[in-house]
Amino acid sequence: MRWPGLSMMLLLAWMAFAPAAVAVESQFSLDPAQEERFRELAKELRCPKCQNQSLFDSGAGVADDLRWAIIRQIKEGKSDEEIIDYMVTRYGDFVRYRPVFDNRTLILWIGPFVLLLVGVAVLVYQIRKRRRLVEEAKLDEAHRARVEALLRDGGEERS
Amino acid sequence: MMRYLLPLGVFMALVALFWKGLGLNPTELPSPLIGKPAPSFEVPTLADPSKTISTEDMKGQVWMLNVWASWCASCRYEHPLFVDLARAGVVPIVGLNYKDQRAEALAWLRQLGNPYAVVAVDADGKVGIDYGVYGVPETYIIDRDGIIRYKHVGPVNREALQEKILPLIKELQG
Repeated sequence: MRWPGLSMMLLLAWMAFAPAAVAVESQFSLDPAQEERFRELAKELRCPKCQNQSLFDSGAGVADDLRWAIIRQIKEGKSDEEIIDYMVTRYGDFVRYRPVFDNRTLILWIGPFVLLLVGVAVLVYQIRKRRRLVEEAKLDEAHRARVEALLRDGGEERS
Repeated sequence: MMRYLLPLGVFMALVALFWKGLGLNPTELPSPLIGKPAPSFEVPTLADPSKTISTEDMKGQVWMLNVWASWCASCRYEHPLFVDLARAGVVPIVGLNYKDQRAEALAWLRQLGNPYAVVAVDADGKVGIDYGVYGVPETYIIDRDGIIRYKHVGPVNREALQEKILPLIKELQG
């Protein structure tokens, strides 16, 4: 190794800082169940700064602060609803990826189903209309005789 | 006739919808705090960290809270407007120095002028979270009873100041 001195220094530096890192981790560490809740919440909540990224994905400074706010509240024993409420009272309904069901979001929740029903109704109407047209076009006896004559004679009669 | 009018009508409705919808600014979130009491804080002042400033101190008067930081580029853009506003003495402006370094914040004020009656220090951004701050600069108008009446996200420009902020302050003070 060309730089034994340097690698030794790096190793010593790592050893000096490693215990500090461990200490920080234990202060803020979550047990596996809490960590799972943290993941779920952070994915459920939208970052107010870089929109269309969840708090879990976002690299914005405010997302980092809000992730710590989630961790702090999980450690304080707050429920998921309390933590989501905490975010909504500060940043509004925007931060929910799944909007609540109320008067303002009625169209959002019901709209697609209403559109589906309208689509089905139009489809049924159109199919019925077509069936009526087909029925109207049914051949009477005179027509049928003529068609048969045409087929028999090889379609030479024209007019 | 109906054959042509119906699709045309649907098309026009879609045009109207998109015209309105695409004209909205998606980065401007309606604050749930409008009409609600301003979240209280008591934090050290920038000028003298041994002193504190709290929302209680501002009760009884209309005031403006401006969230800024020396690292924030667009804060530079709005700053001269606040310097002018402070000179006119229309409304006390409280600065909230958000996640900043004290020395850099002080240097910034020395360089660009200090329009703030007092600057509150929010070193770790906790006050910012309570106010729903997500993009510095942000500006709040708070009335005599401590209710948030207006929030402006991003740099305040002359237009917003003349057409919204100043009339609102006049109305609240009157």
